Formats: sequence, structure tokens, C-alpha cells
Amino acid sequence: MFEYAPAPESRSVVDIKPSYGLFIDGKFVDPTDGGSFKSINPASEEVLAEVAEGGAGDVDRAVRAARAAYEKVWGPMPGRDRAKYLFRIARIIQERSRELAVLESLDNGKPIKESRDVDLPLVAAHFFYYAGWADKLEHAGFGPNPRPLGVAAQVIPWNFPLLMLAWKIAPALAAGNTVVLKPAETTPLTALLFAEICQQADLPAGVVNIVTGAGETGRALVEHPGVDKVAFTGSTEVGRAIARAVAGTRKKLTLELGGKAANIVFDDAPIDQAVEGIVNGIFFNQGHVCCAGSRLLIQESVADRVLESLKRRMAQLRVGDPLDKNTDIGAINSAAQLARIRELSEAGSAEGAERWSPPCELPERGFWFAPTIFTGVTQAHRIAREEIFGPVLSVLTFRTPAEAVEKANNTPYGLSAGIWTDKGSRILWMADRLRAGVVWANTFNKFDPTSPFGGYKESGYGREGGRHGLEGYLNV
Amino acid sequence: MRRLPGMTATATSARSDLSELGRSETALRTFLHGLPGVDQVGAEQRAAQLGTRSIKTTAKAQAIDLAIRMVDLTTLEGADTPGKVRALAAKALRPDPADPSCPHVGAVCVYPAMVPHVAEVLRGSGVHLASVATAFPSGQAPLEVKLADTRAAVEAGADEIDMVINRGAFLAGRYKEVYDEIVATKEACGDAHLKVILETGELATYDNVRRASWLAMLAGGDFIKTSTGKVPVAATPPVTLVMLEAVRDFRAATGRQVGVKPAGGIRTTKDAIKYLVMVNETVGPDWLDPDWFRFGASSLLNDLLMQRTKLTTGVYAGPDYFTLD
Repeated sequence: MFEYAPAPESRSVVDIKPSYGLFIDGKFVDPTDGGSFKSINPASEEVLAEVAEGGAGDVDRAVRAARAAYEKVWGPMPGRDRAKYLFRIARIIQERSRELAVLESLDNGKPIKESRDVDLPLVAAHFFYYAGWADKLEHAGFGPNPRPLGVAAQVIPWNFPLLMLAWKIAPALAAGNTVVLKPAETTPLTALLFAEICQQADLPAGVVNIVTGAGETGRALVEHPGVDKVAFTGSTEVGRAIARAVAGTRKKLTLELGGKAANIVFDDAPIDQAVEGIVNGIFFNQGHVCCAGSRLLIQESVADRVLESLKRRMAQLRVGDPLDKNTDIGAINSAAQLARIRELSEAGSAEGAERWSPPCELPERGFWFAPTIFTGVTQAHRIAREEIFGPVLSVLTFRTPAEAVEKANNTPYGLSAGIWTDKGSRILWMADRLRAGVVWANTFNKFDPTSPFGGYKESGYGREGGRHGLEGYLNV
Repeated sequence: MRRLPGMTATATSARSDLSELGRSETALRTFLHGLPGVDQVGAEQRAAQLGTRSIKTTAKAQAIDLAIRMVDLTTLEGADTPGKVRALAAKALRPDPADPSCPHVGAVCVYPAMVPHVAEVLRGSGVHLASVATAFPSGQAPLEVKLADTRAAVEAGADEIDMVINRGAFLAGRYKEVYDEIVATKEACGDAHLKVILETGELATYDNVRRASWLAMLAGGDFIKTSTGKVPVAATPPVTLVMLEAVRDFRAATGRQVGVKPAGGIRTTKDAIKYLVMVNETVGPDWLDPDWFRFGASSLLNDLLMQRTKLTTGVYAGPDYFTLD
């Protein structure tokens, strides 16, 4: 036996303060009308820091600061100068990436190998990419002189705290907007460290404002009349409420919501790589991924073989301490999310699907869920229809390409899909018919700042990333 | 850190009898071309991912000793002399003269003409004696010559033969010819173990690597080996990954276990440990043994010894403290 000794990343690289204020107009300030809340480490339930909860008055202060910065500094500033700040932020992120990665894993529960090798490189890449656009907006395909919108209100989720911040802030700033961003209440810490980075980069005061808090803070921000643009990533339920709140106003809206992606494996697929793609599709980031491949559709003629390989591969997944460099699956982000995953999994068993997990010892403290697959799932089961947002895979089978398309599209969502086959013509045929914003072929969960990302149907509207991602922040 | 118990890649599917395949060119071709394809990007990504495992302290010590036991200490030079190979064999027996707890290597690998000189040194030691044969490294000689080469090496005392496949025939699609040569060489080996060198650098695609792996196993090879070390591209992690998947699937299909030997270009402890992680997580602990996994290498051994000394004493000793043989 070859036992891997513990290989923990040192948490001393990051200095967590006992308490954090709101970041408004370039300074950390105490809330005037809000309280505070605690952010915990989901792997141990230990309190990491006390964080200010912004009230309506604080949101108003932040929006005013953003408006002033937009009108006096950032809006009039030439694109090449905005680019200079964005490039500087990108470089500081790279320099401090170890610190940010450790903090992200502590606050979110994701394994350090993912925050180190996926989240942080992508965060820096997004800032570098949009920094490049800042002085080239007239060549982006939106007319000769596209103008920014003004103040953007941005509300982001807890699954990729810093990466979602980058997806929101980088294009907004490149296009010439200023922002007020509300991070998720369970994962505010990397956004607050990002605020320090803005100070370090000498970013003009008020261009980026971070107001921490929960749902009420987010509502106050979205509904604030001084906001010109609302960008939200999160659940479809909250997305609907935001769409209602914004309806009839001048605010431009982009929503990136839930998903229930089909990952489709044909009988001629490269099986070993498909199995890796299935594992990456659903167990990456504990399945807390809106575009997760949570419905596996396998061609019936290879179903047994694929499942056998998948189970063998799942037995190799290492669940545990997010800071251990060899951990593959970390902690579930919160008690509430764990309860939801449990509830849906129990519904899966109750409705007759067969549940399987590899032998897996889970830590006693913290929020944990073993990687799980359900076989014998039908389209009627709740676990095939509702977004679980956890390490739970529902396996269905199909007989023909047409049936695969039909089943894949038979969902209110349409964020992503995966196709595994050696036949190029079939990839194109399928991609034409799948109603999903992103279709991956012989890979899954691949992200790049140059590539637009967004949904069909209840998965939202608007695109983030690439040239397309600028559109949501320009007056076009 | 909580972890899962390692999982043995046990076969759950029904055993198949594949022995008839070698009888016809058509059957062989149909079978080999029916194997699942390998997606290049995916295979390379998986190999790279396995390379990010962090193996420290006790796990590292364990891995280093295992890697030393898996080394096929190799010299394949035109300039090899009896003196040179005897010195190498002595090193194989006691890699670190300063530390008797250091294990011996898996085998010494030399040209057939050098086998008698090595055999004298290794006799009774438990270190195997491997010899390249079959007109190594090109394999471009008449079959009779290759078989005579093999028999001579075995008669001189080699208990492992590293043969090269006929890449010309393989790339031309004459699979049966390749198959028949391996069968004939296996027969010429007698009791000696047969390692089949695929020379993956010349096969170019991972699909070819998978097909050649199956072809070698179907024909009776005891080990499949990546490279001769004589062409620019030798062992790489993704090639080894594809071969490990092949031996895993072959055992699941037939019940017979076949070993794997990456050779050429593996020079550091770090690289060797990456391969051991790959073995551990692809085929499981059954292959973590010198009987089932070897490294074809020469300079790797001294790096392993240096790292081993560093772990036991806490300081790096200079290269002059390790023997150069």
C-alpha cells in the first residue's frame, strides 16, 4: 500500500483580521445601520472573522461613492489608463495568489489544489484579458464609441467567490463603469482581501466598493435607484425576484442562474477520458458548480462498462481537509447547502433510484457529503430535474442520438452540456441541437476568459467572458 | 486527513478468451481497432493532474525505496566493456555502500554480449539480469537473427529479455507479423520473462500505443515497455498512463496480469514518484511491486540515493558521495 502522508498547505501565509468593515470609497468603514455576521470555515465550523452587514444606508453610501467616482474619475479616464490599473490588479493577484488561494479554501471549503490551480489562475487571467479590452472598446463590435452604463450593482454566489468577483468586476471596469459588489454571506473574505488589493494598486477611491451582507443587503443594492446595471449569479429563484425588482426600470440586467447539465457519453467515446470528464463534471468543487454535469446520459450499450470504470475511479477520490494538497473533494459550503443535498438525495432513494458511494470516511466536524451516484434514474425523478448543487450524479441511459438530445433538452435549465464521442460529425450535429449556452466536446468544465459563458431558458440571460461579456456593461 | 482505502482493480466483468485473435490478420485488426479511442487532450490532462500529488515525509521515504527496487539499471552503449558492466552490477547489488539498509535494484540491463560478465556478479543475489535482444534498438533484422540473439542472451544467463516490436510492420498495419514475432520471441525466451518494447516515440499516437500494448499482451508479453531510449521521445507520463490502463483492462478481460516499464528520460526522484502515484491511482497496489513495474534508467538511481540520504540525515550530500558506475 502506498499511503500519502498529510501534505497541508500552510495557512500562515494569509493574515485574517478578527473583523472586517465595508469597503466604501476606498476605505474600510463601519456600517451605519447594519450589524455583523460571522464567516466560518466549513471544514471545521471554526469562526474565521466577523464581517459587517451592510444596511440600506450603507448601500446608499456605496452607490453614491461609485457614482461620484464614475462621474469624476473613472468615466472620463482614457481606456489606456483604466487598463493600467487593471493590469496592475492582475499582477498583484498573481503575486498574492498563494495567499488568496489559501483564504479561498478556508472560507469556501474547496480543495487547495482547485483554488491554487483553477480559481486563482482564472481570476488573474480575467483581469489580464479585460485589461486588454479597456483601450480597444471601439473595436469590440458595438459601434464606434461605445459608452459605459454608469454604476453596476453586482451580487455573486459562494461557489467561486473570487472568480465570480473577477467575472463581474473586470469587464465592468474595463468598459468604464464603477461597481458596488456584494459577495455571498458565507464567503466574503477573499472579496475583502481583493479590496485591499485595490488599495495596493492605488485604484481611485469609489471605483470598486464591496458591501458585505446577506439577502437583504443584496436586495437593497439591486433596488437602489442610483444603479444603472444589475449583474447577478446565483439561484434561479433569487434571479426571478431580481428580474421582477428591476422590471420597468432603466437598469440593464444580466443573470447567470442554475443548471442541470447533461453529460452525454456515446458508445464510441474515449472511455477513460470520458470517465475523467464525468468525475470532473460533477465532483469538481464538490459539485457546487452551476454548469456541473449533474445528469449523466450514457448510451445503453456501454452503460455497464462506463459505470464500472466510474465507480473504480470514484474510489480513488480523496475527501477531506481542503488545505491538504492531495484532497480532491473538500467540504460542503454551509449547513444549509448540506441539508439541501441530503434532502434531495433522500428523495432520490425514496423515488426508487439506486444510490452508491465509495467507501469513504468523513471528518466529524464540518459539513461533508460523500461523492454519490444514483443509477436507474428516470426523467421523472426529482434528482433528474432539480439542481442539487452538490457531489451527486444522476445516471440515465439513452439509445439513439435523437433520444440523447431530447432528454438533454428536457429541463427548464440550459447552461451547459457535454458530448463524448470520437466522431466529429456527431459532435457538431449534437451541438446544433442542444439548447445550452456552453457545449463541451470531449472535455468538461473548461473555462477561459476569452470564451463567453451564459445560459438558455431558466439558466439566465446575458453572457460573461470574451468580447460578448463587454456588451452587458456598455450602452449598446 | 481522511482518505479512502486504495482500491484493487479487480475484474468484475466476465473473463474472455482472446487467444484465438492471433490466428487471423482480420480478427486482430478488428479487435485492435475496436478498442476505445484515447483522447489526447484528456489523457495528457489526467497525467498532468496525477503529477500534482504532493508526496512528503513517510510517503516519500516509502516511495524512494520502492523506486530503487524497481530500477532496471541500464547501460546500452557501444562502448560498454566487461569492466564497465561489472562495476554497474556491483552498484546494482549495493547502490549505497554507506547504508546497508538501502535495497538493491530490480535488475541490470545490458546488451547480450555483456550478459556473461554481469551474470558472474549477480549470481544468487536476487537482482535480475535483463538483456535487450532482437536486434535492439531498431529491430530491423531477419527474424532468425532476432531469435538467435534472444536465445544467446538467455543461454548466457539473462532471465529477462527486452525485445523491440517491429514498428515498420505495425505502422504498415501488418499486425499479425508483429504478433507472430512476439510469440516466436516468447518461445525463444523459454523461462525468461519477456518485456516488449513498443517504442512509443515512433508510434506517435496514443491510439497506437493502446493497440500496440494489447497486441503485445495478446501475444504473451510479460511486460510492456515504452522505449529503447535510443529515439528522441522516450517514456512520458501520458504514454505510461495509456499503457497502465491497457494492462488494467487486459487483466479485467483475461485474468492475466502484465507489468509496465517506462524507460528513458526518467532522471529525478520527483519524476519517479509521479509515476508511482500514477500506478497507485490507475491500476492500484497490485502493480506497486518490482515484479510488475520497473523503471528503465541509469542516472535516476543516484538521484534516488541522494534524496534518500537527505531524508535520513536531513542534509544533501554532494554528488561525490555517490558512486558513479
